[in-house]
Amino acid sequence: MGSRSSHAARIPDVDSLRQETGFSQASLRRLYDRFNALDRTGKGYLSRMDLQQIGALAVNPLGDRIIDSFFPDGSLRLDFPGFVRVLAHFRPVDEEDDGNRDPKEPEPLNSRMNKLRFAFQLYDLDRDGKISRHEMLQALRLMVGVQVTEEQLESIADRTVQEADEDGDGAVSFLEFAKSLEKMNIEQKMSIRILK
Amino acid sequence: MLRAALPLLGLPLAGAGATEEPTQEPGSPGEPPPGLALFRWQWHEVEAPYLVALWILVASLAKIVFHLSRKVTSLVPESCLLILLGLALGGIVLAVAKKAEYQLEPGTFFLFLLPPIVLDSGYFMPSRLFFDNLGAILTYAVVGTLWNAFTTGAALWGLQQAGLVAPRVQAGLLDFLLFGSLISAVDPVAVLAVFEEVHVNETLFIIVFGESLLNDAVTVVLYKVCNSFVEMGSANVRATDYLKGVASLFVVSLGGAAVGLVFAFLLALTTRFTKRVRIIEPLLVFLLAYAAYLTAEMASLSAILAVTMCGLGCKKYVEANISHKSRTAVKYTMKTLASCAETVIFMLLGISAVDSSKWAWDSGLVLGTLFFILFFRALGVVLQTWVLNQFRLVPLDKIDQVVMSYGGLRGAVAFALVILLDRTKVPAKDYFVATTIVVVFFTVIVQGLTIKPLVKWLKVKRSEHHKPTLNQELHEHTFDHILAAVEDVVGHHGYHYWRDRWEQFDKKYLSQLLMRRSAYRIRDQIWDVYYRLNIRDAISFVDQGGHVLSSTGLTLPSMPSRNSVAETSVTNLLRESGSGACLDLQVIDTVRSGRDREDAVMHHLLCGGLYKPRRRYKASCSRHFISEDAQERQDKEVFQQNMKRRLESFKSTKHNICFTKSKPRPRKASRKKKDGVANTEATNGKPPRDLGFHDTAAVILTVESEEEEDSDSSETEKEDDEGIIFVARATSEVLQEGKVSVGCSNKNPDKDPHMKFGGEP
Repeated sequence: MGSRSSHAARIPDVDSLRQETGFSQASLRRLYDRFNALDRTGKGYLSRMDLQQIGALAVNPLGDRIIDSFFPDGSLRLDFPGFVRVLAHFRPVDEEDDGNRDPKEPEPLNSRMNKLRFAFQLYDLDRDGKISRHEMLQALRLMVGVQVTEEQLESIADRTVQEADEDGDGAVSFLEFAKSLEKMNIEQKMSIRILK
Repeated sequence: MLRAALPLLGLPLAGAGATEEPTQEPGSPGEPPPGLALFRWQWHEVEAPYLVALWILVASLAKIVFHLSRKVTSLVPESCLLILLGLALGGIVLAVAKKAEYQLEPGTFFLFLLPPIVLDSGYFMPSRLFFDNLGAILTYAVVGTLWNAFTTGAALWGLQQAGLVAPRVQAGLLDFLLFGSLISAVDPVAVLAVFEEVHVNETLFIIVFGESLLNDAVTVVLYKVCNSFVEMGSANVRATDYLKGVASLFVVSLGGAAVGLVFAFLLALTTRFTKRVRIIEPLLVFLLAYAAYLTAEMASLSAILAVTMCGLGCKKYVEANISHKSRTAVKYTMKTLASCAETVIFMLLGISAVDSSKWAWDSGLVLGTLFFILFFRALGVVLQTWVLNQFRLVPLDKIDQVVMSYGGLRGAVAFALVILLDRTKVPAKDYFVATTIVVVFFTVIVQGLTIKPLVKWLKVKRSEHHKPTLNQELHEHTFDHILAAVEDVVGHHGYHYWRDRWEQFDKKYLSQLLMRRSAYRIRDQIWDVYYRLNIRDAISFVDQGGHVLSSTGLTLPSMPSRNSVAETSVTNLLRESGSGACLDLQVIDTVRSGRDREDAVMHHLLCGGLYKPRRRYKASCSRHFISEDAQERQDKEVFQQNMKRRLESFKSTKHNICFTKSKPRPRKASRKKKDGVANTEATNGKPPRDLGFHDTAAVILTVESEEEEDSDSSETEKEDDEGIIFVARATSEVLQEGKVSVGCSNKNPDKDPHMKFGGEP
């Protein structure tokens, strides 16, 4: 990495990106190099196929959903700012940030709530703001091995939704989702250390 | 004791004996010759090999007996049981024969018992993990061992000065340093034996294990240097000798590694040409690796490093070149040999301890050594980890440090080295021997026994106190998967610049030289499986018009499907089309009573069923089990499901977009190594990059000719004349274990946006 001499100036809109995402210069540099590496044909943007060619994602149960989360609203292209915006969710939470954050400013992308939102939208495929029982079942199907039968999966899905559902509408809203995970150390679980 | 068993086998011996020349006939002329002997006792001719075979047999029988009791083996690691067995056997031999036979001879140990174990470790070492953590491994191996050696030696000397060690132990500072150097090395045999039972995460395992392998160079150098200093006498040591000592560290380690790599190269090269003589392939592997060991041993270089490097270096090419059966043969034989050697080592350790003529007891020395090795190891680990965490991407946390310091076991290598000491030069040898025996026993038995409960206790302590709800279970796994996926997207693993460079070099020169031509193409059987998987799936899917048809349900041919007792078409509809519509299924009414039991059942189901995210895999270096482990099975399942889904979405999108008819260029295997889809389109100036960070070789094959044959039946295939390019990546593990990442990609990805968005540079 060090022997690559490239200027930060080559990253488009680097300052606004830094502002928006909170990444350091070095991290943005690293991500930019990675973006270019993934973009094998030098198109300047990434398509789904580029991400699909990451071999390790093919053996990850949620691999395809994660790829989809990089392409919001059904777009087919992923440019660098979009790439960075999604990854900003995984920046480790700075301790100092919370204290003197201006409450009027929008929440930083890597806040706990935003991390949870990222996970939520992986479940909530139809973007209606709720995880229905059906969506839960689909997610379970992805994540559970084939030795668990369909009935068992359905009952697990039922129970899972029931546990989290407080207002009895048969679906898990974002707030209910966040509440069910209040004891989990999201900040640590959804952070990649190198993305400082 | 042994003779008692022999009459049972007297018959074969008699057969052998009767054909011998009657050499033992008493030749005195006065007596009449006794006549043709029907039965003769030829013990001496067969003694040596017979004893060897018998010991190995006893060890194996002991293993069988141990494993009869599940409970015992879950509590006590095998190495402990073997040592205790050795003690018992040694006691018996001592009582019967009144003298101790069957020691652990250093010669036998270094030449015959140690190489199989090291070869097995080196060959099956996960190379990517190893090189990712190489910095940490080297630090612990070199700096850690040096630290341990010097501090232990100095502390013991201090102990002696303070009078806690009896004066009959005549040892000066150099002697203590020598002792420190041989007692401080973490032993690969012991570490492997114990860590197999304790399931730690793979990073930790590779660090401890790598350290135990790489510190051999340091130990060898320190031992030799201190030995020579002791022989020269401390007064004669000059400054240049110290410098030479430091230089020899580099010579020994780098030289050993170089020897290993040379032999790896030779091995890879020879296996390239063994196509007609498949039967000798396993033999070649073993012979050349053993030759590497012996050559390094001969040149006084680090033999363990040589074998490790040989195994690491040759694996990728050898696996690609040799036949499937040979691969299995190599794997199995290596494991068998290593397991057998390990068993014999531990048993002999136990036996050797019994011979009290070889050792002399001094409490101060023994207790002091025990305390110091534990203390200084812990201290060293903490300090080094603190430094390393500044540089590492994934820090090593407290549990890891505890396991690392506690898991620094000493074993047979220390014992063999101490036996090698020259008593005339080192008068305190007997005391050292006793201390080494106690240390080895203590670490293997006590630490081996307690490390598992310790880890469990620590982990349980760290986790939440209340029982996690189903939600938390599920979501925790989700988060882990997400994190693993994003890490892969980001290219989380460090050093990838150098890895890329290495892989380019490898692709261009090495692989062409060392790998068989046909290995470039994806192995036929693997290719066939996945080809058939995708095309068959595609055909079936499309045949059914992309909808779910019959009530018998759609099951794609090779897909592992959930067995459902009442398989309704509604279920299938959901499964296959994955529609976003929220269908109100008839909830299968589970009995609501006994909620807690239900809870427990569900938890159990969920926990057992959830796919494990990457971090939780245990290391797959197991001496005792070769079965396809859960990770592979899981990967296969997930992979198949993912590919199926991608294929489906690919099919569904293609109906929306109309492609230009472009003749895909036939590109089968005439090109050797190409990367990615890039080469089918406009050339890119960028160096080809490997994203999977495995040792990969990317091959493009266009399947259009076969595909057109098969797709004659389905119309939708024909109308869009596109070639499905399977970009197949073969990793070294992949070829070995038969999984391939196959990505279906559209041939002309640029053209879609051009079609849709009206052109764009």
